[in-house]
Amino acid sequence: MPSRVEFREDRCKGCLLCIEACPTGIIQQSNRFNQKGYKVVEITPEMMAECKGCAFCAMICPDYVINVFKTASEKGGAA
Amino acid sequence: MSQPNRIFIKGNEAIARGALAAGAKCFFGYPITPQNDIPEFMSQAMFDAGGQFVQAESEVAAANMLLGAAACGIRSLTTSSSPGISLKQEAISYMAGCEVPGVIVNVSRGGPGLGDIGPSQADYFQAVKGGGHGDYKLLVLAPGTVQEAYDLTIKAFDLAFKYRNPVMLLADAIIGQMQEPVVPWTPENRDPHEGQDWGLVGAKNRAPRLIKSLFLDDGALAGQNQKLQAKYEAMKAEIDQELFLTEDAELIIVAFGSIGRIVKSTIRKLRSQGKKVGLVRPITLFPFPADVLLRLAKEGKRFLTIEHNMGQMVEDVRLSIRMVADSDFYAQLPGTLPTPDDFEQPILKALEG
Amino acid sequence: MTQEIRVTNYPQVLTDRPTHYCPGCHHGTAHRLVAEALTDLGLVDNTILVGSIGCSVFIYNYLSLDAIESPHGRAPAVATGIKRARPDKIVFTYQGDGDLASIGMAEIMHCANRGENVTTIFVNNTVYGMTGGQMAPTTLVGQKTTTCPGGRCKERAGMAIRMTEIIASLGGVAYAERVAVNNIKNIKKAQKAVRKAFDYQVQGLGFSFVEVLATCPTNWRMTPQAANTRIETEMIPYFPLGVYKDVKAQEDK
Repeated sequence: MPSRVEFREDRCKGCLLCIEACPTGIIQQSNRFNQKGYKVVEITPEMMAECKGCAFCAMICPDYVINVFKTASEKGGAA
Repeated sequence: MSQPNRIFIKGNEAIARGALAAGAKCFFGYPITPQNDIPEFMSQAMFDAGGQFVQAESEVAAANMLLGAAACGIRSLTTSSSPGISLKQEAISYMAGCEVPGVIVNVSRGGPGLGDIGPSQADYFQAVKGGGHGDYKLLVLAPGTVQEAYDLTIKAFDLAFKYRNPVMLLADAIIGQMQEPVVPWTPENRDPHEGQDWGLVGAKNRAPRLIKSLFLDDGALAGQNQKLQAKYEAMKAEIDQELFLTEDAELIIVAFGSIGRIVKSTIRKLRSQGKKVGLVRPITLFPFPADVLLRLAKEGKRFLTIEHNMGQMVEDVRLSIRMVADSDFYAQLPGTLPTPDDFEQPILKALEG
Repeated sequence: MTQEIRVTNYPQVLTDRPTHYCPGCHHGTAHRLVAEALTDLGLVDNTILVGSIGCSVFIYNYLSLDAIESPHGRAPAVATGIKRARPDKIVFTYQGDGDLASIGMAEIMHCANRGENVTTIFVNNTVYGMTGGQMAPTTLVGQKTTTCPGGRCKERAGMAIRMTEIIASLGGVAYAERVAVNNIKNIKKAQKAVRKAFDYQVQGLGFSFVEVLATCPTNWRMTPQAANTRIETEMIPYFPLGVYKDVKAQEDK
């Protein structure tokens, strides 16, 4: 079941706690800085395919940066 | 004239009954002499009136409970005496900064420190000049009789809510412990929606309300202070004083609260001897009746300020009349119980002066 | 045909405003737990927030609730006044360890002991954050702060105070639990604890208290990850997690 993670980069403070919380290890620090000067995190398009949609990253993030979406077939639905 | 509903009570009880008549719903206090009659009375009476009574863990906590309750737009009060009032200054400053209408009663006693448990007016500065930190003012009311203690307690609530500002009733051990006849009354036509347009009730179908005194944004605190000063200026509409035989007086005695009332007896005696003495008894200590004093000064009258302290209100008297006159001062020492005779010689001396 | 479903669901009461907290600070997480609990229980428009002094003084910027600021340490007294004036409202304090366990020790103890039907969320990060990292009542022995640069000395400054244990010993307390938000497992437990605390208030059971062990990476001079690890290795051994009082569980026994 493919999932997708969105980062509100302008809100990210680069604490990197999501990297540790991700059980599949797909989040990494990017080379981009946001307006506040923090180096933001990212999931590359290739790695995104590995996302299980557990939303642990969003749960650990103290800054409400992360939104997680699951794409489900109409029959199966998302858990 | 017989008044069937007249009751004979102590000033402390008059304050308690006045608060109930004003519709107070929360009382927070801590034991301290000479005001213990108030919390003792309230411990049952508040519940009978459908309200709440909390004997707080400290004066500090009692004053902060008042901050919380009054921030809900509910008529609430705390009462104490001098050392306890010192401890309440933190919350009083916050109430002023947050514009929360708490009523604080000080049945004052002698100081500094533990002082004594007898009467004193040495908390004048603390009451009218701030007491806590920051630029703020309380509306300060000073009763001279037990009936006035009742009446002014009711007025304290009205003014607190009118201006959204803490109000202090500054009594002393004489007023608190003295028994006198009182005609109780209950104000009519109170606004049933009082406090509902700003008090904390939960943000249902509207933006949240925030009661705070922290203003960090550039210029915000300056704006808040300007707003407060404008309010203190508007409070001048509430100035109140008793004038007694001032018209033809050569010498004006300025005295407040219990001393104002005792001096009145001295003045009556001296008048019977043909001495032209009058009295100005400020009832609002802040705002201070400066204009009345200035008018009398311009009429050429001389002044003697008498206080039960080492000289506090006399500074406001002098400020009021400074362009045209000065005031002598007589200190009734804290730790002594004044009688009308005590003031005869000081007044005669000032008359000669 | 496929459909995209949003897994994350931030409560509306959490305002859409970036917080002023440092990177990795747990205040944001603790705020979210409160927001979730109030939302789940349907309490948002009936709740009054009592803020305190410290980094979280601006909590009213992040939770869209009727709110009041209290003087340092006095939040439980202010909350008492509010609850007595408006007994039908949900009232909670949000306090740090300097505020609650030092200058406000009397107020929290007596509020709890009277069994005021209010909730306290106590964020313990073992340091005065806003003022720049001074020693707190909860600073661990040996921990370096700006006022104990050589580490907290037991002989001179005593030991860290364990608040949940003290609160649990008081008669008026319905619920007291210590949680942490340093990992997913602990966050899930913390979610339940905060929700339970508010639920107990709704039920009128008395005072409810949740201590949240939190990081202060800035004043601990650590990365957020190292700070999260410190929760596990240093804080939890001294401040054990768990339920210290639950009147309903006691009834069931």
